[in-house]
Amino acid sequence: MSTARGAPRSMWILAAVLAALLAVPAAGSLYVTYLATEILIFALFALAFNLLLGYGGLISFGHAAYFAIGAYGCAVLSVKLSWPLAAAFPAGVALATVAAAIIGYFCVKLTEIYLAILTLAFGQLVWAVAFKWSAVTGGDTGLIGVPVPAWLDEPAQFYYFALAIVGACVALLWVVVHSAFGRTLAATRENAVRAEFVGIHVKRVQLVAFVISGGISGIAGALHSIFNRSVFVESAWWTQSAEVLIMAVLGGIHSFAGPAVGAAALILLERLIRDVTEYWPTFLGAILLVVLFVFPTGLAGMARRRAARSVERA
Amino acid sequence: MSGNPVYFFIQFLNGLSLGMNLFVIAAGLTLILGVLRVLNFAHGAFFLIGGYVTYFLVDVLARAPGAFWLAVGGATAALAIFAFVIERLFLRHLYERDHVYQLLFTFALVLLIGDMLKAGWGTNVLSVPYPTGFDGATNLGITYYPTYRLLLCVIGFVTAFALWFVVNRTRWGRVVRAATQDREMLSALGLNVPRIYMLVFVTGSALAGLGGALASPVLSVYPGLDAQIIVECFIIVIIGGLGSLGGAFLGAIILGQLTAFGILLVPAFELVLIYVMMVGVLMFRPWGLLGRQEAR
Repeated sequence: MSTARGAPRSMWILAAVLAALLAVPAAGSLYVTYLATEILIFALFALAFNLLLGYGGLISFGHAAYFAIGAYGCAVLSVKLSWPLAAAFPAGVALATVAAAIIGYFCVKLTEIYLAILTLAFGQLVWAVAFKWSAVTGGDTGLIGVPVPAWLDEPAQFYYFALAIVGACVALLWVVVHSAFGRTLAATRENAVRAEFVGIHVKRVQLVAFVISGGISGIAGALHSIFNRSVFVESAWWTQSAEVLIMAVLGGIHSFAGPAVGAAALILLERLIRDVTEYWPTFLGAILLVVLFVFPTGLAGMARRRAARSVERA
Repeated sequence: MSGNPVYFFIQFLNGLSLGMNLFVIAAGLTLILGVLRVLNFAHGAFFLIGGYVTYFLVDVLARAPGAFWLAVGGATAALAIFAFVIERLFLRHLYERDHVYQLLFTFALVLLIGDMLKAGWGTNVLSVPYPTGFDGATNLGITYYPTYRLLLCVIGFVTAFALWFVVNRTRWGRVVRAATQDREMLSALGLNVPRIYMLVFVTGSALAGLGGALASPVLSVYPGLDAQIIVECFIIVIIGGLGSLGGAFLGAIILGQLTAFGILLVPAFELVLIYVMMVGVLMFRPWGLLGRQEAR
């Protein structure tokens, strides 16, 4: 094995991150554990989203839909039909996956800005259903009181549960983007026409990416509904789709871990700034302008460029 | 009651006046989308600025005759100037970048403008009085109907005709039409493309300001109204076809009527009906009812 003699730097980083994540509940306060759980969930959402944007070059502007379907699916089944978590969770994820397959089927027929608009339209359709179908979704007031089994009641227990699921999904995403399929997806992003010429069924590859991305977003959503013990209709609103896009771009869409970094940065910043002022949107807007005009490659891109520069110098 | 033809007629007019007001706004959005290929999320925020400027000017000019109409002009001009500044300072640097960055930029504008308006005018619902002479109802023979809403219908049709005339019968319009089809060709022919972009962005944004000013007596102005309007305008533009002014007109009429009659057909689900309609159009004509198929 080529990695046997000195494990590459990324391995060390991975081990350090994992150790830090495992230590969070022991080292931090209850608040830190809560915050870390939320970051884990949104990091997963952002990574799943970036499978389409960073690897497939597809702008989905309605990704809140799958997150919300996963969340609502899990919450509705456990609140209204009293399904146990072990059944409601996978069922919510399955619903999100099916929705991603249906929506993706229509969306991959389009490209670029048309795709962004169609995904936005479907996203708003999901929102409208969640908002209006009060009998099932609770409408404007949302669904509260999602039951949580005793073994997940403690914040630390739920944290480890979330960490296990998020870890497994991130590993899956890693395998996907480094597999032959991942390379094929990147090829369709780089040049769809050429990819078609060498025999790649571009639309099918994009659809599969859509389904994987939507399904994992659904997992993030279902986790979030259990974490908060509630779901609100805002989770399907288009600004939520914008937020995950911001997380990805902030962290850097051309690196695997970038979106997770972006999710952590955005959530921490929001907490910090909301403590001081109600004008968080102004800060977010300003952050976006800086990212767009000063650091277009995101935080990860910046770090990588700095690393590259130091390598050149050495 | 709902079987009454007069009631249907009133609903029809409600839908039409709503649709025509939205058309003025959506026309600007589709113009920008067609020429610049920028999906401007901030168009709703521009609309809201128009509403607040109108509120402000009506307040300042309280005693002047025709204060409302001066305010409408003021709001339109304010948005034109604002858009000019935005385009020159920021937007022009993003045309060559990926669509994602343009989306994020306009989203940043949504956030910044929303907070600025909140800081300036608070979160209350501010009502703008109807202009003198249009605050009553007009006798249409079979029923009375609010005069201002009839005026909105007229303004919508006049705007549509004016835009149609400019786009189809003037040199400037020809350039704009060409720009929606082939941008490289335009600059190859020696036209100043950046200037065309700037003018289209300014015109489209001014229409948002005009729409916001006109809507202010009916809807009042308050934070969050921009989100509702931008989503409705997106629906109109999507149904009609991206970049198509005729499509925006058709889409606005459809959206207005669906809103007015959807409440009768499927109470509480009229919103879903609109989205289902939009998704339906997109499934079979992804480029919209009057749009052109995407060039490959």
